[in-house]
Amino acid sequence: MVLTETIAAPVAAAGAGPASARRRWRVPRRARVALLLAPPLSIVVVFFLGGFSQAVAQSFGYVPFLPTGEVGLGAYRDAWADPAVRASIGLTFRISFLATGLAVVLGVGAALLIRRSGRFRRVASTVFQSTLPVPHIVGALSMLLLLQPTGFAARVGDAAGISEGQGSFPILTGDRFGWAIVAEYVWKEAPFIGVVALSALSSGVAELEDAARTLGAGPWARFRRVTLPVLTPGVLATSIIAFAFSFGSFEVPSLLGRAFPSTLPVVAYERYRDTDLTSRPQAMAISVAIAVTIGALVLVYIALVERSGRRAP
Amino acid sequence: MSGIRRSVGLGLLVVGILVPFVPLALTAVSSGWRYPALVPQTFTGRGVALVFDPDGEVLAALLTSFTIAVTVAVVAALVGLCGGRALGLHRFRGRRLVQFLLLAPVLVPGFAVTFGLQVFFIRYGLADTVPGVVLVHLVPTIPYVTLVLGATFASFDVSYEEQARVLGAGPVRTFVSVTLPAIRPGLCVAALFAFLISWSEYVLTLLIGGGTIRTLPLLLFSYIGSADLTEAASVSLVFALPPLVLVVAASRYLTGAQSGVVGLGRL
Repeated sequence: MVLTETIAAPVAAAGAGPASARRRWRVPRRARVALLLAPPLSIVVVFFLGGFSQAVAQSFGYVPFLPTGEVGLGAYRDAWADPAVRASIGLTFRISFLATGLAVVLGVGAALLIRRSGRFRRVASTVFQSTLPVPHIVGALSMLLLLQPTGFAARVGDAAGISEGQGSFPILTGDRFGWAIVAEYVWKEAPFIGVVALSALSSGVAELEDAARTLGAGPWARFRRVTLPVLTPGVLATSIIAFAFSFGSFEVPSLLGRAFPSTLPVVAYERYRDTDLTSRPQAMAISVAIAVTIGALVLVYIALVERSGRRAP
Repeated sequence: MSGIRRSVGLGLLVVGILVPFVPLALTAVSSGWRYPALVPQTFTGRGVALVFDPDGEVLAALLTSFTIAVTVAVVAALVGLCGGRALGLHRFRGRRLVQFLLLAPVLVPGFAVTFGLQVFFIRYGLADTVPGVVLVHLVPTIPYVTLVLGATFASFDVSYEEQARVLGAGPVRTFVSVTLPAIRPGLCVAALFAFLISWSEYVLTLLIGGGTIRTLPLLLFSYIGSADLTEAASVSLVFALPPLVLVVAASRYLTGAQSGVVGLGRL
């Protein structure tokens, strides 16, 4: 850094004579971009696109290294007709929507609270962010120990007189609704959305709100007209990531859910691991559907980020 | 908002975040915790002994996890430096397609593509090996690191490099004393998250490692499936500690405004 600072001024004044002479020997710009992009893109093309197209091919009935039997959309039809998959689609969307919605409300609410918490601000934001690096498997185990019928929540409920002994506490793990799964996602994703909201709120929003106040805006008008527009782009983009993650995650529903109905990734994995190899194409079909859904969300995310980037001053 | 309401809100927030850790920590040291009791009746050092047993599977898994995650972080950082430079410093046609191709592997769950790949990993002798697991971990991490470094290079002034070259610095010297210091924050965040994504990866390791390569998450998963959760809770404390320490150490480089924040949603 010292080197760059001391040389910056004289060279800028001297012009780029020798540099342009040297540049003639360099690889052309387009080739250079292509060369630089080649290593990461080759990984993506070979393993990601390659794996995806293999999954698509195998979902149509093609089996690598083996004579191919019947090729067609059979696996998709069978999966769609299967009650386990039908139930799974509803469950997966419900869990992802509910978890993301709650995470947005709680994350933004927490960010609004934390930025006005004065001398507790540092402590509160550190505690708030402490679940961010915790792996989801650990989060799932924590939720299991907290919410299972003999879990910590039931014990506290008994001690406080809310529930009465074993069996009176609501079933929250391994249930049909997936409450513990939702709880785990919210516990992890609310701080994720909150961090983005906090950073959006720290960029001069307080001054804007004060200006609105002096112009006579009430608390609700200030929130709706000043705070919310500042928060929306980042929070929206982040919530798409949170939704995509919860939609495609395997570990959490596998540890906290039940066998039927289960979320789509768990169903796909079970079919893939089935000793009966004829259910493989169905596993591929379900994971292709998951990948396409999330791929579409990625497109929405890129569009949102680009639009908010253009609007920024 | 009144002061009391705010205090209550903050209190609820802290409780909501910290309460799930309480039964985890208590279970890790309890040997008997009958139902209605709020705290365990008897305590044990069994979990601690299991974790620190020099010949035990936990330390072996810790070493395997660490080796794989460090390799993944280093390789992803090196590959990401190339792509990030192209993405951040150059405007080219198809830039948006490249962005999509890089973001998709970060967010699309890895198992969807690994189902299709596994046959080939078996065919070419990569299944059940550490290099195979490293390779499959690189699929989400390399694109992620490339994106983060792309954003880092976008705010890097290339004329510094030209000035160093004019003054006689070679390409290596230019990189080490000019480029590297300028991009260090982005590089640290990117490598850190590559490490964390690999560290907490479960399905990809299971599919390609086939149970032969036992990383900590695989071990933890099997402990959670067993009846004795004391071991599971102890192992999960060991498993969660490195990410916590690393994120705290890198917190001055991390803000919610950075592109690196995508990695937090992936963990």
